[in-house]
Amino acid sequence: MHVLQGNALSPLQLEDFGRSLLDSEADIPAGVIGPDGKAAPKRFSVYRNNVMVSLIEALEQNFPAVMKMLGPGYFKALSKLYVETHPPQSPVMMWFGSSFPDFIDTFEPLALYPYLGDLARFEWAWLQAYHAKDAEIFDPGVLSDLGADALAELTFDLHPSVRIVQSKWPVLSLAEANRFGTRSVDSIEIEGGEDVLISRPALDVIVFRLKPGAASFLIGIAEGLSLGEAAAQAESLNEMFDLGAVLRDSFEAGAFIKVSM
Amino acid sequence: MSKKALTVAAVAGAVATALSGISMPDVAHAQGKEKCYGVSMKGQNDCKAGAGTTCAGTSTIDYQGNAWKLVPEGTCMTMEVPGDRKGSLEPLKRDLPA
Repeated sequence: MHVLQGNALSPLQLEDFGRSLLDSEADIPAGVIGPDGKAAPKRFSVYRNNVMVSLIEALEQNFPAVMKMLGPGYFKALSKLYVETHPPQSPVMMWFGSSFPDFIDTFEPLALYPYLGDLARFEWAWLQAYHAKDAEIFDPGVLSDLGADALAELTFDLHPSVRIVQSKWPVLSLAEANRFGTRSVDSIEIEGGEDVLISRPALDVIVFRLKPGAASFLIGIAEGLSLGEAAAQAESLNEMFDLGAVLRDSFEAGAFIKVSM
Repeated sequence: MSKKALTVAAVAGAVATALSGISMPDVAHAQGKEKCYGVSMKGQNDCKAGAGTTCAGTSTIDYQGNAWKLVPEGTCMTMEVPGDRKGSLEPLKRDLPA
């Protein structure tokens, strides 16, 4: 396609071009002409369509469970609205959709399905964990040599892939049914929230359903609290908190990379 | 909020509980793999990384030279595929889609 006869678009023309790409009602930008020198609306429409389709496909790939729950037709229409109002800020498609969960939460017609935003948040966290930096995980075996006083004072660095999703909805169950295929949709009780620990200690993303209080414990650890402090904080928020269980889940998830005394 | 620490004994007990019967993630499993080009059947190549990077299952011909599959480390170079072809740790020029 010939775009302008000069060498480059001026900043103003680029802005115009970009706006026309995402607004299917807009006129084609000035200067878009075919080989015959005449305006080329059909050629521009093909390009405009490809841009929109590729961005919708990016969202389909980043949020497969949300798509499954909404159905492909609805998801496409929703994604088109999102693309028009939240165009990508980066050319890297795997980072497209960071504000999609918030967009879903505020999208009035979906108000009857309030768990969809958190499900999208879970899928975004999964994607961030997948693409996080590699790091060598901490071997908890060294802890067995430490005395009780030293243990309570320990602080841990979390693995760069660790993400914690707290939800008042059963986000992991929804993902298991609609993304991982490990659970039937009928088995889900929509009452009752789930907290999830996501990490990628090696090649595969690992997902743990956290027990009560465990999320606030891990957040405390992430903020630099000692083992004893973070445990006391979690216990004060939730009397069901079980330090042994959350430590085992965290070790098995490879959630820690470094321990400091 | 007060930062009252859990009793030292309780923390030690919990650590001991956590360490008993623990099964650590299989990191060695990942380290013992290598990317092997030119050995996967069409549509069976690896890699799954979300939008913009998705290439898993996208190879269009058998043993496609620029598509890889994860195989146990050390086995790629000796892997034979029909027609006197072998796997490679680098992308190959053979068997590319037209």
